[in-house]
Amino acid sequence: MSETSQSLPPPPVRFGVLMRMNGLIRKEFLQILRDPSSIAIAFLMPFFLLLLFGYGVSLDAEHVPVALVVEAPGPETASLAGSFMASRYFSPTVYSRMSEAIAAMNERRADAIVHLRSDFGRMIYSSAGAPIQVIIQGSDANTGRLISGYIEGTVQVWLAQLARLKGQSLQALVDMRPRIWFNSEVRSQNFLVPGLIAVIMTLIGALLTSMVVAREWERGTMEALAVTPVTMTEILLGKLIPYFILGMGGMTLAVSMAYFLFEVPLRGSLWLLIATSALFLLVALGMGLLISIIARNQFVAGQVAIIVTFLPAFILSGFIFDIASMPAPVQVITHLIAARYYVAILQTIFLAGDIWSVIVPNTMALFVMAVFFLGVSRRKALKRLD
Amino acid sequence: MWRRIVALMRKEFLAILKDKKSRIVLIGPPIIQLLVFGYAATYDLNQVPFAVYNEDQGGASRDLLAKLRLSPTFHEVAIVTHDAEIAPLIDSKQALLLIHLGPDFSRNLDQGIPAPLQVIVDGRNSNTAMIALNYIQSIVDAFNREWTVSQGLRRPRAQLVVRSWFNPNLESRWFIVPGIVGLLTLVVTMLVTALSVAREREQGTFDQLLVTPMRPFEIVLGKALPGFIIGFAEATVIMIVAVSWFRIPLLGNLVTLYTGLFLFLLSAIGVGLMISSVAVTQQQGLLGAFLFLVPSIILSGFTTPIANMPKVVQYITYVNPLRYFMVILREVFLQGSPFSSLLSQFWPMALIGIINLSLAGWLFRHRMH
Repeated sequence: MSETSQSLPPPPVRFGVLMRMNGLIRKEFLQILRDPSSIAIAFLMPFFLLLLFGYGVSLDAEHVPVALVVEAPGPETASLAGSFMASRYFSPTVYSRMSEAIAAMNERRADAIVHLRSDFGRMIYSSAGAPIQVIIQGSDANTGRLISGYIEGTVQVWLAQLARLKGQSLQALVDMRPRIWFNSEVRSQNFLVPGLIAVIMTLIGALLTSMVVAREWERGTMEALAVTPVTMTEILLGKLIPYFILGMGGMTLAVSMAYFLFEVPLRGSLWLLIATSALFLLVALGMGLLISIIARNQFVAGQVAIIVTFLPAFILSGFIFDIASMPAPVQVITHLIAARYYVAILQTIFLAGDIWSVIVPNTMALFVMAVFFLGVSRRKALKRLD
Repeated sequence: MWRRIVALMRKEFLAILKDKKSRIVLIGPPIIQLLVFGYAATYDLNQVPFAVYNEDQGGASRDLLAKLRLSPTFHEVAIVTHDAEIAPLIDSKQALLLIHLGPDFSRNLDQGIPAPLQVIVDGRNSNTAMIALNYIQSIVDAFNREWTVSQGLRRPRAQLVVRSWFNPNLESRWFIVPGIVGLLTLVVTMLVTALSVAREREQGTFDQLLVTPMRPFEIVLGKALPGFIIGFAEATVIMIVAVSWFRIPLLGNLVTLYTGLFLFLLSAIGVGLMISSVAVTQQQGLLGAFLFLVPSIILSGFTTPIANMPKVVQYITYVNPLRYFMVILREVFLQGSPFSSLLSQFWPMALIGIINLSLAGWLFRHRMH
């Protein structure tokens, strides 16, 4: 205590730094308030996008329209049709001729055809078994495979019921019992919403800063700043700090929506979530800053921001498409996407908890990226007139 | 009149292309993105890392595991001998799933008691988890079928003969790549049009344009045509890459495809110019473009089917031009759908385009500040 009181007052230069920074930050906040689009980016966008995604995006197909072709109705076909009717996965329509079913499929009224031939009732008890022809509308491969799995499952369950009815004992077969950790009720929102926060914050961070420095160059105010005693580091910090505060506000909104509105469980600790989010926001802002320093005009800066943020974060972050299944060269590219690390961190903190073996390496990667973007921004931003 | 429009078009092209950086932005990224996304955007899993915890000594468990190990979808990363080893493997994402066979697995099967196969899967991405479980289920089904036959068990039997039309091997890529054509065309058109009026407003040149003898209709045309030309060129290049590099079959005819493209560009440019004429600054124009782009990509059926969305959201998708173009692209590419069967997709885009272009023209005159 006594030591600090005895030490010399800070040199006037340090004071000047604080004053200049204060001025720059105040100026930036005034600008933000005057053109409310920054505030809209920070608060309106996460709200609107999370709402849309949270409610609009689902990979779980239900009530798939299926054309059931029954050539010769009998007790077996009726009970199988009943199984399809009862399933929440299907909304079947029964036809008596194959040609009608094909017409339905061509007119987008059916996504699959299940064809029971006239000898179905007899063949089902023969040793060869009854063939069931299934035709899938396969354009959408993922949905096609899902539907095929549902049909297979429905038929297997029905066969087992039939065997029981006929008094045959159920054979010993392998019975798969899946346990889905971290998301036992398989709510796709539980993983989509944390992933979406990463995608949205990439957008917002880059959008917030990408236009601002470019705007100063374009309007000539950068030259006005250049003749003042402010250093480049101060100018950049003066840009970064207000938008960081704005971005953290948006982040808080997004995380609160995930927790309260979409009821995504938060199994890890809140402080870790805040710390890693702040780090990620620095990366996103740094990326935007670098874009605007290199582009120097708002038009190009805006275009680059659109191109390098949303789509790469959407497709290459592992938020929806599995990174491990991508070809090796593409996997290498995903390492350049900051959202990739943040998606892994968010999904783990929300659903699994503070698992250090996931969080430490991903946080390190984010740290390296933050240092890189901010460092390169500082180097590229020279006080020069050209 | 045409001379004036051509002059404005030339000026627009110069504004877009005179800067080397903005030329690069329009040409480079779409091609790179097509190549990267074409490979990245797939739901098909391969090399799924799995671990085995086998407490059983019998032959049946060996047979089942052999099937799994031979599958190219799965890749064994660890063998576990204690319960305590399971959690760290899954937690750290070293293994996506773990297969556990209890000590009585083979004995149960031989004695006619159902044998449980426990599968623990990392649900942090529950879609990937479900796809992986589906793959395992089909391996188990195959095993069960062979077992039933080899043991001579009698039960009602049915063979599913599954065929998939339009995409016989159910490859995600065939579905995703035509979608990327629509995606990138939309992004490029929005980039060209959404900032065009806002930029002139900010620089004050738009007021000058308004006092020239040009009528709003002519200004709209002069601003829209460069977008059309760039959009057509980009889409054509992207489709050539889709067919020649990714080998996506193009079964339908080009007239149908380009009719769809024309109407899609009409609607996309309409929306772009609308946004641009409402915006006062470029930042607002950019924000508007984003607020349109992001939801329209999400709600187009590009990654998740529209049929899975709640009804209310499905209604919202009807005002999204990309929704219709996605159907056209995929049907013309994979199914070779004729012109007549796509009429229901054509007219909504035409309507969206005409309404937005008229609005944009009206706003040119009436939004002075």
